[in-house]
Amino acid sequence: MATEQSLLNLMAPPKGWGSPQYKDDGGSVIQTNVDTVLNALLNWGRSNSIWYMLFGLACCAIELMHTGGPRADLDRFGAVPRPSPRSSDLFIIAGTLTYKMALRVKRLYDQMSEPRYVISMGSCSNCGGLFQYAYSVCKGVDQIIPVDVYVPGCPPRPEALLEGLLKVQEKIKSEKFLQMRYGASANG
Amino acid sequence: MSEVIFTNEMDEEMTLNMGPHHPSTHGVLRFIVSSDGEIIRKAVPDVGYLHRSIEKIGERNTYPGYMPYTDRVDYVAAMFANECWASACEKLMGITVPKRAQYLRVISCELNRISSHMVALGAMAMDIGATTPFPWTLRERERVNDLVEELCGARLTYNYHRIGGVSFDVPKGWIDKANHFLDLFDPAMEEFDRLITLNDIFIKRLANVAVITAEEAVDWGLVGPNLRASGVDWDLRKADNYSVYSELDFDVPVGKGQHGTVGDCWDRFDVRVKECRESSKILRQALKKIDEHPEDDILGKLPKKLKPEGEAYARVESARGDMGCYVIGAGKEEPYRCRFRTGSFTAMGIIEAKSPGLFLADLVALIASLDVVAPEIDR
Amino acid sequence: MTPEDIHEKLKTELGEEAVFDFHPVSTKDRDAWLQVAPFEIERVCEYLKTTKGLSFDYLECITGVDYPDLKKIVVVYHLYSLTQKHRIVLKVFLDREDPTMPSIVNVWSAANWQERECFDLLGVLFEGHPDLRRLLLPDDWEGHPLRKDYEEKEEYHGIPTVRPNPIDLFKIQIPAKEAKAS
Repeated sequence: MATEQSLLNLMAPPKGWGSPQYKDDGGSVIQTNVDTVLNALLNWGRSNSIWYMLFGLACCAIELMHTGGPRADLDRFGAVPRPSPRSSDLFIIAGTLTYKMALRVKRLYDQMSEPRYVISMGSCSNCGGLFQYAYSVCKGVDQIIPVDVYVPGCPPRPEALLEGLLKVQEKIKSEKFLQMRYGASANG
Repeated sequence: MSEVIFTNEMDEEMTLNMGPHHPSTHGVLRFIVSSDGEIIRKAVPDVGYLHRSIEKIGERNTYPGYMPYTDRVDYVAAMFANECWASACEKLMGITVPKRAQYLRVISCELNRISSHMVALGAMAMDIGATTPFPWTLRERERVNDLVEELCGARLTYNYHRIGGVSFDVPKGWIDKANHFLDLFDPAMEEFDRLITLNDIFIKRLANVAVITAEEAVDWGLVGPNLRASGVDWDLRKADNYSVYSELDFDVPVGKGQHGTVGDCWDRFDVRVKECRESSKILRQALKKIDEHPEDDILGKLPKKLKPEGEAYARVESARGDMGCYVIGAGKEEPYRCRFRTGSFTAMGIIEAKSPGLFLADLVALIASLDVVAPEIDR
Repeated sequence: MTPEDIHEKLKTELGEEAVFDFHPVSTKDRDAWLQVAPFEIERVCEYLKTTKGLSFDYLECITGVDYPDLKKIVVVYHLYSLTQKHRIVLKVFLDREDPTMPSIVNVWSAANWQERECFDLLGVLFEGHPDLRRLLLPDDWEGHPLRKDYEEKEEYHGIPTVRPNPIDLFKIQIPAKEAKAS
């Protein structure tokens, strides 16, 4: 079917993107070709409405505000800022993470409901940044929570953060969403 | 058998936790508020969620190599922190700065003052509930960011000043672009005034809220626009006459209590709006006067190795007030101790004293009007 | 008033045991400073604030400095007068093993948080302070970091404090510097 194929081409991710997090479980209930189309449709919907949680800690928070601002607009990708972790899919950690704050970050991450994604924005949350010799800075947020996309920069330009968001969208589009949600439970 | 505890049902005291993650732009601050219904009994601030030990790192970096860390002391107004560290080192080592470099410092600092006030005003309006002014002020901030990016290469943490001068001279055509920005900025401030500053609802929310008298302000160590809004005519640019401010003509806005009492939240907002206009005036004059000094004379004479001994304290008028730097040198290439005295640190102290009797929404207005940023408090 | 006049006035009013060791402005000390005995600090500050000609109404900065070779911790007070526009620097030398001194919160309220920070980072105890507890570091932090002999712990609540170097971790080959052109 030509229309179905062209629709899938529009919504499919570029080649080379695996989904290491969610394995195809093989013996799932849904086995028809319909699930590819349904997966693509659901992933298209999910990736174009990523609601991110405003978690600006330090300098990168100002660039996060600029990214949501008038010039580089996050809203045109469907991403709106949410104040609470319960109602957001994406956790953008912008800024330096200190030990005092690290315990709260873990708690906030646990409060987010799945499927959830994490962007680590800026050098400080990637690896500790320029504060390698600081006694109170956590050297990278991935020591506490799993990270999907690392955006380098100090602070990264708004365009760099938009590229990070696009990478998260590609990752979402390559997931087998129906198997994730319904497949495992059918097998008991 | 379980124990039954009887409490007084008429006593509605409850303990709330505001932060450290909250949808406000002032950074990671936490308040433990014990309130009787909606009226606050005591609000205790809990800071330190952004303590990045910048002062300890100063003891292992060289004097010029410490400049990027000073950006992070106050990232919204980073040029002032750069200038503060450069002034302290120059005072310690006895280095003179050439005139053109001083003009470049004034130009970059006043541009940064405008962009810092844009964040402060937009964030305050957003905290009160008006969401429109924030993108408007971000639009002006984007224009300033473009200008500064051409000048020094960075949008937020500039690392522009050096010990003895600045790092880059103005590129070709930059002065015309800066003048064009000012031609767009002045009508934008008029529009901003009409929208929010003289708005009835805004005035009703902010007038007579959390009044800080002049004696209290001086006693608690408030500086900058907070001190000027309480009626004290104190500006380091006029009092200390540092850099080339004596050659430029500008006024210092002082709070007069136009729509309430002197020293209320509206005054603190209005003083910042007026300061933006004054900065625009200063910029126009400085952009004209900079061409009187020879080009490329932007760095003073420095000794080969910077190994000073002794101590010095220098201060500049930052967007948030008096920023001072106390540096002790011990004859080595690294400082022995460097300490930053920032305006937001002392402003946090007054919140606990002023909070009893306020509503919760007024506490948000008080914090926003004092224009505290987390990195200045925690460093 | 010049710093020498201020020193003279303080000496005549409060005596040699309280204020001593005046250092004028030189190439080393860019601001004149004088030493104050630890337990006289409140009297000295009260006098500096209330006297008509001095009127130091603005406490700029309280800094703590650690000198392990002198076995002293020095607390430096920068005071300024908004009306008279003059500055004086006071220094209090404390014993490193037992740094205790009175608090000046009753003179300037701005000293409240500055002294808390000095306690948090250096361990100086201020007697008479209404609320002396840690300000910038977590409440269960051990040690005072700004001391020169502070050692960082291995981990904090299970979070490691050092990040492994990626060059060692991924066995990245750095090309040799002297690569002779063929």
